[in-house]
Amino acid sequence: MRDVHKTIEAVWKIESTRLIAAIARVTRDIGVAEELAQDALVTALELWPEEGVPENPGAWLMKAAKRRAIDALRRGHMLEQKHEEIARELEWRQQRLADALERSMDQVIDDDILRLIFTACHPILPVEARIALTLRLIGGLTTAEIARAFLVPEKTMGQRIFRAKKTLSEAHVPFETPSGDELRGRVESVLLVVYLIFNEGYTATSGEEWTRTAICDEALRLGRMLAQLLPGESEVHALLALMELQASRAAARRGRNGEAVLLSDQDRSLWDLAQIQRGVTALEHAQRLGGGAKHYALQAAIAACHMRARTAEETDWERIVLLYDALMQISQSPLVALNRAVAVGEAQGPAAGLDALDAAACLAGASAMAGYHLFPSVRGDLLMKLGRFTEASEEIQRAITMTKNLREQELLTERLKKIEKAALSA
Amino acid sequence: MRFMMMVIPKGYESATPDTVPSAEAVAKMTEYNKALQRAGVLLALDGLFPPSTGARISYTDGKATVTDGPFAEANEVIGAYWIIQVRSREEAIEWAKRAPMSDNEVIEVRQIHEMPDIP
Repeated sequence: MRDVHKTIEAVWKIESTRLIAAIARVTRDIGVAEELAQDALVTALELWPEEGVPENPGAWLMKAAKRRAIDALRRGHMLEQKHEEIARELEWRQQRLADALERSMDQVIDDDILRLIFTACHPILPVEARIALTLRLIGGLTTAEIARAFLVPEKTMGQRIFRAKKTLSEAHVPFETPSGDELRGRVESVLLVVYLIFNEGYTATSGEEWTRTAICDEALRLGRMLAQLLPGESEVHALLALMELQASRAAARRGRNGEAVLLSDQDRSLWDLAQIQRGVTALEHAQRLGGGAKHYALQAAIAACHMRARTAEETDWERIVLLYDALMQISQSPLVALNRAVAVGEAQGPAAGLDALDAAACLAGASAMAGYHLFPSVRGDLLMKLGRFTEASEEIQRAITMTKNLREQELLTERLKKIEKAALSA
Repeated sequence: MRFMMMVIPKGYESATPDTVPSAEAVAKMTEYNKALQRAGVLLALDGLFPPSTGARISYTDGKATVTDGPFAEANEVIGAYWIIQVRSREEAIEWAKRAPMSDNEVIEVRQIHEMPDIP
């Protein structure tokens, strides 16, 4: 049986972004636009169960929002309305607003959606507020859904969204697509937000399975939307590629009992071939646009290298080292250096890997990264391969004390046993 | 979750091999496909040649028998499909309702198994 509320929810997920974008084009304030759109949704929730879902639900919602906008204008809550304004002026403005909203819905164009995305991801906002606002305005998620995904109380999430809209409004952030020099940085902010959403779903070790998959899918959907909206930006395609390639391994990443399975141990027949193909196509697109040496493109190229190997042994580690070298040129991040050390260890042997790891540890210095358990864990692996078992088990023991994640601890303990066994037979 | 939206055009079961959709239908469909793409939900789409160009392979007692199309017993055949990634069954239905179909055409919406669904 079809449930009208679920249908309304589905209509909302399809129509809300266009609706909010169309209203914001007139009100120039996404907070106000979202409230009006929400009001329209409330009206739909009241009427549709009785009257049925209208033929053109998008237009219906816009009409309802328009009515609310005129009401709001009348009450003087919008467009910095002055109280002493004469009635005729008010009437004229009402008419103008009504006309503008009417036209806006007919003409809602990709630019409006883009403006909405750029505004929601404005650097003036803290990153977590950008994430929440993006999921809310472009993802059509409810505050409760976003709160569940990020494991925070609904009230906290509600306040976060409220404050974000207030900040944008008070700072008079223009509802526009940035241009020129500003565009690059703003695109970066949008991509960061989308990638953080993806990672929230992809790497979180807690939270319900369903929510995590839904969040990953939403990030992918945002990535595909952006690829349509900003077709000339290579990093947009590269990020989409990176997400598709990582998500294609989803089914192989967990064992029967939900335990994490390392890339080298994964059953590669569980990888989603169609998704890999989509990822590779998006990466090639990014490369054709001349962005092959950029941040997300290099990461996607590394992922693609792994995906091309039919077995872990077939992995082209030499090429992966080269890609990490290029990535190091862009960002001297200790995490990139650590991953590079793993690749060097595979491509050139454990001794070379240790040298690379020392360089990575040097980069980490006294930063928070220095306390990252993967440093001793990788060192332990390399030492074991060199037959230096005592040092190896010391490093793994150190790694165990550095992680709070139970699954990681289990994996490390297993490795410790392996080292001890190898030491005995040596 | 992923869904396949299958188009079942009336009369396609007996369409001649050279049957192609009208330019007008194609233009409308292109608009719709763009809307799916802009919304970020479209994963794949294809149109299929009529069954008269196809073949059916049926299996009895471990033996495969090939029958060339058209197929006398078939009265509903697939003419095209989309694969979309959406958040609910209702959303898939809403997208199907927006497709520019003509009278007597049917879209069947079916969810695609994800890996973890299969034991």
